[in-house]
Amino acid sequence: MYRLLQIELFKIFKRPRTYISFAAIAAMVLIIQLGLKFDGKSYLQLLMSGISDSFYVPYELILNGYLVAFVILNTLLIQVPLLIALVAGDVVAGEANMGTLRLLITKPVSRTELMLAKFAASVVYTVLLLTWMALLALFLSMLFFGTNDMLIARNEVMEQIGKNDILWRYTAAFGYAAVALSTVAALAFLLSVFAENSIGPIVSTISIVVVLTILSEMKIPLYDNTVKPYLFTSHMLAWKGFFYSKANSDGQAISGSIENLPAILRSLGILLSYIALFVSTAIVVFRKKDILS
Amino acid sequence: MLVKKFYLLIFLGSLSRIAFAQDASFLLQKVREKLNKVNDYEATGIMKTNVSFLKVPTAAVKVYFKKPDYLKIKNEKGISLVPKGAVSISLNNLLKGNYTALDVGNDMMDGRKIRIIKLLPQDENADIVLSTFYIDPDRLLVVKAKTTTRENGSYEVEMSYGKYAEYALPDTMLFTFNTKDYKLPEGITFDYDDGSKKKTQINPNSNKGKVEIVYSSYLINKGLPDAVFK
Amino acid sequence: MSPIIKVNNVSKYFKDIKAVDGLSFSINEGDIYGFLGQNGAGKSTTIRMLLTLIEPTSGEVEIFGMSLRTHRKEILRKIGAVIERPDLYKYLTAYENISLFAKMSGIKVSKARLMEQLEQVGLAERAHSKVKTYSLGMKQRLGIAVALVNDPQLVILDEPTNGLDPQGIADVRNLILHLSRHQHRTVLVSSHLLSEIELIANRMLIVDNGKKIVEGSVQELFDPAEMMVELQTTNAAKTAEAINNSYWKKYFQKQQQETFIFKMHKKEIPAFNNYLVSKEVEVLSIQSRHSLEDYFLSLTSANQHVQAFTN
Repeated sequence: MYRLLQIELFKIFKRPRTYISFAAIAAMVLIIQLGLKFDGKSYLQLLMSGISDSFYVPYELILNGYLVAFVILNTLLIQVPLLIALVAGDVVAGEANMGTLRLLITKPVSRTELMLAKFAASVVYTVLLLTWMALLALFLSMLFFGTNDMLIARNEVMEQIGKNDILWRYTAAFGYAAVALSTVAALAFLLSVFAENSIGPIVSTISIVVVLTILSEMKIPLYDNTVKPYLFTSHMLAWKGFFYSKANSDGQAISGSIENLPAILRSLGILLSYIALFVSTAIVVFRKKDILS
Repeated sequence: MLVKKFYLLIFLGSLSRIAFAQDASFLLQKVREKLNKVNDYEATGIMKTNVSFLKVPTAAVKVYFKKPDYLKIKNEKGISLVPKGAVSISLNNLLKGNYTALDVGNDMMDGRKIRIIKLLPQDENADIVLSTFYIDPDRLLVVKAKTTTRENGSYEVEMSYGKYAEYALPDTMLFTFNTKDYKLPEGITFDYDDGSKKKTQINPNSNKGKVEIVYSSYLINKGLPDAVFK
Repeated sequence: MSPIIKVNNVSKYFKDIKAVDGLSFSINEGDIYGFLGQNGAGKSTTIRMLLTLIEPTSGEVEIFGMSLRTHRKEILRKIGAVIERPDLYKYLTAYENISLFAKMSGIKVSKARLMEQLEQVGLAERAHSKVKTYSLGMKQRLGIAVALVNDPQLVILDEPTNGLDPQGIADVRNLILHLSRHQHRTVLVSSHLLSEIELIANRMLIVDNGKKIVEGSVQELFDPAEMMVELQTTNAAKTAEAINNSYWKKYFQKQQQETFIFKMHKKEIPAFNNYLVSKEVEVLSIQSRHSLEDYFLSLTSANQHVQAFTN
């Protein structure tokens, strides 16, 4: 299996289009960093509008690397699913399109093993892309903007996290994001099995993610009360939960705490279930499929 | 005969009222004098913020003061959100200018007898409309001050004294102030909805915030440059 | 000697369409087995079933004496195949391609051995060029090198001459002969060109509409004693008259409009021609083909051409 995984990774990283994703992320991160460097204050004024009447807001201190990284993550984790689908949607359909799939199937390797290797390769790609994003969004921001406490504007409360209490949260958040994006990869992977061309799976995956995100986030009661808890997109944002702390009876934030860890773990479980569902369905369908490409 | 007694009583009564009024001004004067002994200080303390829409950790702060009324609360190691009213709560600020003092009686606080005095600034354009001071007359210390302002709402300061009582510098200061409603739209925040029910209880204190500073030490009259207060 | 491939009553339905219908045949070790049929006759579908790309709707396939259903991996280890076009990874080099497929076959191959295999198909010099720069002929050769990388006992070539020029076709022909005679591999070749099969195969199978038409040794099927001769003249009536009451009447099969069909030994054809000339029959063409079944094949394809024109 390891040998197959190596081969699949080799194929992914020999393709020029894979590197477009890395370049795109670099471009997006730098654009946001540049924008905030020049005019971060306006953006912050919007975020802090709830408290600027009653409190003195030290904007220069608030605009630090940790906050910038959060802003970047917030923005990018909406676009990154496309970059994931670009590769995950191609691993089966792309081979069918190229005509190489039929050669792969005639090798003495079970179709299940082949599919697992392909999915594992998509996950490795996802993790590498996220690591790249972490380096740029977090460490580069820390370099450009310095570090300080982090303020997070939620819609009912403003949270502050001490600067020494932040890095482990980012580690957990990136880990969670990897699982969330792997769910997108699993969906693209499943759709890839039904197509002979990667455009279909890529576009379908993105359309599904967009539509479900609208259902999840738009706060329309009809959907909130019925389907929302079951949609995987509702649980993709749970990485933010690592930045919400518990408060003690005095209203003070407790350092090193997580407001609702059970909820995050539940969301994680749901995502993992979706991954298992998508991948196993993909394998079952693929095993029976007549390869005509 | 009765009429004479009646007039005497009234005369004595008005005398005492005048004496009382003079007493109030006199007391405030004494308090002011005591406060004036401090030209500047640099205090180290722990600040706890208890506001319904803020969840911040306790912060180590430095509080700087310089006559006549420069006050700055700083978090040297991180970020602190300082309530806007806080910098005008220095007692010197409250006691400056010309005002009319009214003695409104006594109370007991922590087992001590407290004099309550209302101040009405004579300057009609001043922001402060009315202040009520709770003064410990024996120690010449203000233990509580309630202030109503024109532009900045009303707030309250409560102080307890210990080591630095002779300088009228408190060990603990609790500042209660008004806050505006805080709510940011979903389209900006994209919060993680963990499925828990939102707290929609009507909290009678939800429009009031509290900041408590516990002072551990003061460096008094050592001289502070103006730059500290920028 | 038990057959290397045994196909037993295999059928494949795609929804309602019967692509392969109760097909049975067997291939012996050392055969160069030709698989003949028009496009759409079911050749590719059958080959894909042999390679586990497609699962039969019914029937059994046994290769190397093992059931394909249960011993897939062991069987595939000993097979090398080129299926239709030689599609390989265009963005990789020839060397990377062959190395990749070698690893997938589970064999440990050294760089030297891989280069040797590329050398054998004449691609050693371009081993490190990306396949997208290759001509069709080069891709074909690379496809074959990849098929041979695991030293297979059985080589399956599905339409290997498609799109090749005559030189390319000759090269493939020589390669197949080499694989069989010098490397002692069993080869299954499919084609819609009878002429190609005739030149290299020792046994063959003809399919049409998913069904077996005939299976047997090439020698027998292309028996020169059984030539189908197609005669076209300017005057059908005169021709009929010349044939009737002649020695040649016994060879007469049928007449289709202006075309007369005879079955005779190959060596009699010149004499037949001379006879017609002596009777002043103006011959437009005499064409000879092998066997009735093959004639059937050419007829069906001719019909289809005619239908295509008239529809």
